[in-house]
Amino acid sequence: MSSSSTATAQAPEAEHDAHGHGHGHDAHGGHHAPQSFFHKYLYSTDHKIIGMQYLFTGMFMALIGGFTVYAFRMQMAFPGMSVPGYGRVSAGDYNALVTTHGSVMIFWVAMPVLIAALGNYLIPLMIGCDDMVFPRLNRLSYQIFLLSVIVLIASFFVDGGAFGGAWTSYPPLSAKAQYNLTPLGAPMCLTAVALEFAAFLMGGINFVTTVMNSRAPGMKMFDVPIVIWSIIIASILFMASVGPLIAGAIMLLFDQTLGTAFFDPNKGGDPVLWQHLFWFFGHPEVYVVLLPAMGIVAEVIVTFSRKKLFAYKTVLYTMVGTGVISFFVWAHHQFVAGIDPRMANIFSVTTLLVSIPVAEMVFVYIATLYGGSIRLTTPMLWALAFIAEFLLGGVTGIYLGSSGADIYFHDTYFVLAHFHYTFFPIAFIAVFAALTYWFPKMFGRYMNEAWGKVHFWGTIIAFNFIFIPLFLLGARGDHRRIYDYTHFPDLMKPGMQDLRVLATVSLVVLLCFQVIFVVNYFLSMVRGPKASANPWKANTLEWAAPSPPPHGNFPDGLPTVHRGPYEYSHPDRQEDYWPQNAS
Amino acid sequence: MISKYVESASSFAGDIDHLIWLVTVIVGFWFFLAEGVLFYFILRYTAQDGVKGQYITGEDPKQKRWVAWPHYLTLLFDVWIIIAAITVWQHVKQAMPQADSTVRIIAQQWAWTFVHPGPDGKLDTPDDIKLVDELHVEKGKTYHFELQSRDVLHSFSVPVFRLKQDAIPGRTIRGWFKATMAGGFDIQCTEICGIGHALMPARILIENHEDQAAWVMSKSPAAAATGGTP
Repeated sequence: MSSSSTATAQAPEAEHDAHGHGHGHDAHGGHHAPQSFFHKYLYSTDHKIIGMQYLFTGMFMALIGGFTVYAFRMQMAFPGMSVPGYGRVSAGDYNALVTTHGSVMIFWVAMPVLIAALGNYLIPLMIGCDDMVFPRLNRLSYQIFLLSVIVLIASFFVDGGAFGGAWTSYPPLSAKAQYNLTPLGAPMCLTAVALEFAAFLMGGINFVTTVMNSRAPGMKMFDVPIVIWSIIIASILFMASVGPLIAGAIMLLFDQTLGTAFFDPNKGGDPVLWQHLFWFFGHPEVYVVLLPAMGIVAEVIVTFSRKKLFAYKTVLYTMVGTGVISFFVWAHHQFVAGIDPRMANIFSVTTLLVSIPVAEMVFVYIATLYGGSIRLTTPMLWALAFIAEFLLGGVTGIYLGSSGADIYFHDTYFVLAHFHYTFFPIAFIAVFAALTYWFPKMFGRYMNEAWGKVHFWGTIIAFNFIFIPLFLLGARGDHRRIYDYTHFPDLMKPGMQDLRVLATVSLVVLLCFQVIFVVNYFLSMVRGPKASANPWKANTLEWAAPSPPPHGNFPDGLPTVHRGPYEYSHPDRQEDYWPQNAS
Repeated sequence: MISKYVESASSFAGDIDHLIWLVTVIVGFWFFLAEGVLFYFILRYTAQDGVKGQYITGEDPKQKRWVAWPHYLTLLFDVWIIIAAITVWQHVKQAMPQADSTVRIIAQQWAWTFVHPGPDGKLDTPDDIKLVDELHVEKGKTYHFELQSRDVLHSFSVPVFRLKQDAIPGRTIRGWFKATMAGGFDIQCTEICGIGHALMPARILIENHEDQAAWVMSKSPAAAATGGTP
C-alpha cells in the first residue's frame, strides 16, 4: 500500500526528491545530471539494468557451458582425438569439463536467467511499479553473483585445475584433495556456489517483498500475471530449500580446508548426509527453474492464441502444489545410494505424485489453445516447443521415480537424457521464448523473424537428435561420466558408438545454430525495425510502458488495473485484447 | 524391451524389464495422446482472417472436466505404477532370500577386489580366493554380497543383472543376486570416483557347476594338496 503510493509520487522527473519516500528508494536520490556510463550500466540500481546484467552474464556463462560440453562430447565420440579448439581431453580434464558443464548450466545459466534476469526485468513492469523495493540490495545481489562467476572462472586456472567430482560434489571424493586431486579447484567451486546462493537469497527477498507491497493500484492477487506468480513461488521454494545446502556447503568447505570430519566416515562422519542436504535443495531447485519457464510459456501462448488462460486459479494452485510436493521427493536421487531400502517406497510414492500437478499444468496449457486464434510467431513456436519437448522429459521421469526400474536406470544416460529433456526446455527453449517475446519491450525494436525461425528449427531438430540417441544408449547400459567406453566390451556392441557419434554431431550442429541467435539478437538491438509500446497487442502492464521503458518505467504515471491479465477475445469488445490498465 | 539389447542374466532381471515395459505402455499412451491433442489444436486453430478466438474462462465445471478427468486418470495410473514398482523393489532390494554362498566386493580408486569364499564356502578363511576385476559366480546359486569401499563412493553395477548398489566407505552394504545365464559380462562403477572412474571395468564370469568347481580347485593349490584343510 504505502509503497505503491511512494511509487506514484515517483515519476522520473521527481526522482531527485525521492529521499523522503523511504522503502529503499533513497538509492535514487540525487541524480540531476545525466548519469555516466558507469553509473547507468555497471553500477545501476535500476531493475531493468540489473536484469540485463544478469541476462548477459548468464549468456556469457552459457558460452562456457556450451564449450565444455563440446569438448567432452567430442572425446566420447572420438576417444583420444585432439579436439579442435581444446586439444587432447585427459581423464582429469574430462571430469572437470563435465562438472563445469553441469554446475554452470544449472547455477550460472538457468538460475540467473530465469529467476534473476527475468524476475528483475519483469516484476516491476508487470505489476506496474517503478522499481524493486530494495534497489541497493538488488545491485549488491548482482555484484555478489559476479564475484561468484569470477571465483568459478579463476578455479579453472589454479594448480590442479577445476574441480572434477560432478556438480553434486559427493564426499569423500569432493572432501579430500588426495581423492579428487584438485586441492584448490574443489573449495573454489564450492565457494562460488555458496556466494551465488547468497546473491539469489537477496534477489528472492526483493522479489517477494516487491510483489506483496508495490502492485499497481487495483491489482488484486488474482490479477497478477502467472509468470510473476511463478517467479514468486520459485523464489519462496528457493529460499526455503537453500538453507540446508548452504549449511552443508560450509561443512564441506571445512572438511576440505580445515580437516573437520562432517562427511568423513573414518572419523565418525557420514558421506550420505551430504546427499540428503544436497538433494533437499536439489530437487526443489528443479521446480525453482521449471515454474518460471512454465510462467513464460503461459504468457506467450495466451498472447499468440488470443485466448484467456484456461483456469487461472488451477494453474496457480498446481504451481503451489508442485512446490509443496517437491520438498518431499529428494531421496529419489538416492534409491541405490545406501539408504534404508524401506525409505525408497515412501519417496517413490511422493515422486510419482508430483507428476499430477505438473501434468495438470500441461493439460491446462493445451486446453488454452482450444478455440484460439493461433499465430505461429517465433516466441509462440518456442512456447509450443516447450510443451511438446517437456512432455517427453516429464513422462520419462516416471521410469526413474519407479524405484524398481530406477535400479537399472540410475546413473545411466537414460537419466541424463531425461533431465536434459526437462532442463533444455526450461533453460533454453522457454528462455528463447522469453527473449524473443520481450525483445521489443527490452530494446524497442523487433528481432528478425525469418532468422528467428531458422534458429528455432535448427535448435529443436538438433536437440532431439542429441538426446533420443542418449535415451537408447542409457537403456542399453551406458553409465554416466565415462570418458572412454572402449574399456567396456558390452558397451562397444555394434551401433553403440554410432549413437554416441550421432549425439555429438547433433550437438555441434545445435551449437552452430546458436551463432544465428547471437547475431540476430545483438544486431536487432541496433538495426531492427522500431517497435511500438504494445507490438503483440498483449494485456499485461509491461506493454503499457514505452519500449524500451525509461528509468521509472511509466513516464505518464503508474497504471491503474481494472481487470485480470488474460482478457483476450472478450465477447463485449471489438478488439481481441483488453489491457489490464484500459478503463 | 531392454532384454533385446542387454542380456537378462539374473532371476530378477525379467521383473525389472517387465516393470519398464509396463511404464512404457502407460506413459507412452499419455505422451502420444497429449502430443496428438497439442498438434491437432495447433493445426485446427491456426489464426484465420475474421475469426476471433473463443472466450473460455475454464472456471466452469463443465469446461474444467476436460482437464479434471485426465487428471484423475493420471492419478489412477500413477497408483498402478507405484504398486508395480514397489513390488519389484521389495523383491530385489528389501527381501533377502537364503544364500547359498557369500562374496565380498571391495571397491577402491580404481579397482575392484572380489573375495570368493573358496572350497570351504566361508569368507575370512585362508582359502579365500581374492581376485582383482574378476568375479566368478555359479549359475543358479543365490549369492549374498557384502559391498565395501576403501576410499570414496563407488557403485557396483551389473547391467545384465539389472542390479546396482552404491558402496560407501565405512559401511558394509548387503544385497543379493542369482545368476541365470552362463557367460562373461561387464561390471561397471556407476558413481563418479575420480580421474580413474572410466578405468574400473571388471568382468563377471557366470559358470556352470562343473566349471565353477574346477575353477575353485585350480585357484586353491593348498586345498588341492592337503585335501581341503588349511
